Amino acid sequence: MTRALALHLAVLAALFAAQFLLPSYHHTNIARIMVLAVFAMGYNIAFGYTGLLSLGHALFFAAGMYATGLGIELWGLSAAPALVLGLLAGAAIAAATGVLALRTGGVSFMIVTLMFAQAGYLTILYFGAYTRGDEGIVITRAARSIGSLDLSSDTPRYFAALALFSVGLLLNLALTRSNLGRAMIAMRENEERSRMLGYNPFKIKLTALLISGLYAGAAGAAYAVLFGYVGASFATIQYSILPLLYVLLGGAGTTLGPFLGALLMFYLIDISSGYTTAHLFVVGAALLILVLFAPKGILGWVRDRGAKWLP
Amino acid sequence: MAAMILSAPLLSARGLTKHYDGIKAVETVDFDLTAGQVHALIGPNGAGKTTFVSLLSGRITPSAGTIQFDGADITRLPAHSRVARGIAYTFQITSIYANLPVFDNVALAIQRQGSTNLRAKTMAALARVGLDGRADQNAGTLAYGHQRLLEIAMGLSMAPKLLILDEPTQGLANAEIDAFNTLIREVTPQTTVLLIEHNMDVVMDLADQITVLSFGETLATGTPAEIRSNPAVQAAYLGG
Repeated sequence: MTRALALHLAVLAALFAAQFLLPSYHHTNIARIMVLAVFAMGYNIAFGYTGLLSLGHALFFAAGMYATGLGIELWGLSAAPALVLGLLAGAAIAAATGVLALRTGGVSFMIVTLMFAQAGYLTILYFGAYTRGDEGIVITRAARSIGSLDLSSDTPRYFAALALFSVGLLLNLALTRSNLGRAMIAMRENEERSRMLGYNPFKIKLTALLISGLYAGAAGAAYAVLFGYVGASFATIQYSILPLLYVLLGGAGTTLGPFLGALLMFYLIDISSGYTTAHLFVVGAALLILVLFAPKGILGWVRDRGAKWLP
Repeated sequence: MAAMILSAPLLSARGLTKHYDGIKAVETVDFDLTAGQVHALIGPNGAGKTTFVSLLSGRITPSAGTIQFDGADITRLPAHSRVARGIAYTFQITSIYANLPVFDNVALAIQRQGSTNLRAKTMAALARVGLDGRADQNAGTLAYGHQRLLEIAMGLSMAPKLLILDEPTQGLANAEIDAFNTLIREVTPQTTVLLIEHNMDVVMDLADQITVLSFGETLATGTPAEIRSNPAVQAAYLGG
């Protein structure tokens, strides 16, 4: 077993143990953070590994969330198939967006993805008759269970979030070790060179975006079922920026960076908002410090200082 | 020229042209490449050499003309598809993955050909250019000469039918140039080599055929001896 795999398993073991140690409030927080970290991991696959700076990932998260929520509300699906539907919706919307947006690059790619996400948000509002617009959909407790497992209660919810996070993290680790992962990183590092080694840039980037959308969709779907609410606010620009901030804070292009970033950012807001209404100021200051002293994020900083093996 | 007609050329370009806003970078060039040979492309700076091989490799699209490779028309194929058919290109300005380990640089070239025994094949390819001891080092930290060798190793690792080398010996020390010459002799005739080169010693040493470009047009094609005694070439390039 390599150091990297050991580290990842240790993180998962610590999260498993935390379930028995944490008070109820933090317990729910960590479950939420793990789901958001899956979203950020997906973002990181596109941005951190492949170099695709998207400003539209809220669309993929919301696609997963709404496919699951509407599946339960309108078509009476049970939670398990609704979750699968959400995951597929995230991937499908990401692929469709990619086919069009990947004709551009750089700043244009940012703008086009932002535009698609805004169009998605407005679409949700437009079909308010089904989506209940801003107000959103509250998913009943009865619909939030898989078999006899009631995902609206603390312990099963925590384990469901941990299960999703574990699968996401280990697949992410496997991806970074695979030939596809190497080709994705190559695309980030030097696209022209990769093209001249026989890689089709469009194909590699579309694949990365599709995997990214799969993660975002899974996270959105899980969020709907675990926390029982589906709302248009999750499709706003804020939810495209959040995973970007998590990834920048934790370390772009590191497997554990998204989780670390989500954890720190969540508690930074949580704690600072206990002291001041200007908690966004604290977040801004933290990001400034990050950009000045560790532009590669926390784990990027660690990697540059000796831990080169960190995936 | 008779010999070239006897065996079907691996690559042939007809009327290949590239204009940039009225500047004729490459003008109606006819060009044949015989399989198994080392073919050098020479000419003064700005003669259109890099533009010409970029047209062959698909990095840029021609304004007019056709390119046949290995019995198929590849004029409209994107670069990555040409690579898949066996055309490898190494960059004039070293274009490696500076932030990735040396190993990954070559592994990226090899995994495209199939991913069995990736580690062993990559180490063997690195050993061929003497870089196997530096596999874990980031490519950007290599000395310049080693970066050039890595670039060549990436080209060779693609097991191409045609290897296009754009000024491979630029900036190399004499001992490194000798090693390069040996390497090229080893890979031919299995691999056909198209070589852009300013170092005339290397050209005369390696080339079976030489084409001279000047102002985007073919000035002459022939064996090294023919080119050396060609009065037009002497006037335009070798300085009379």
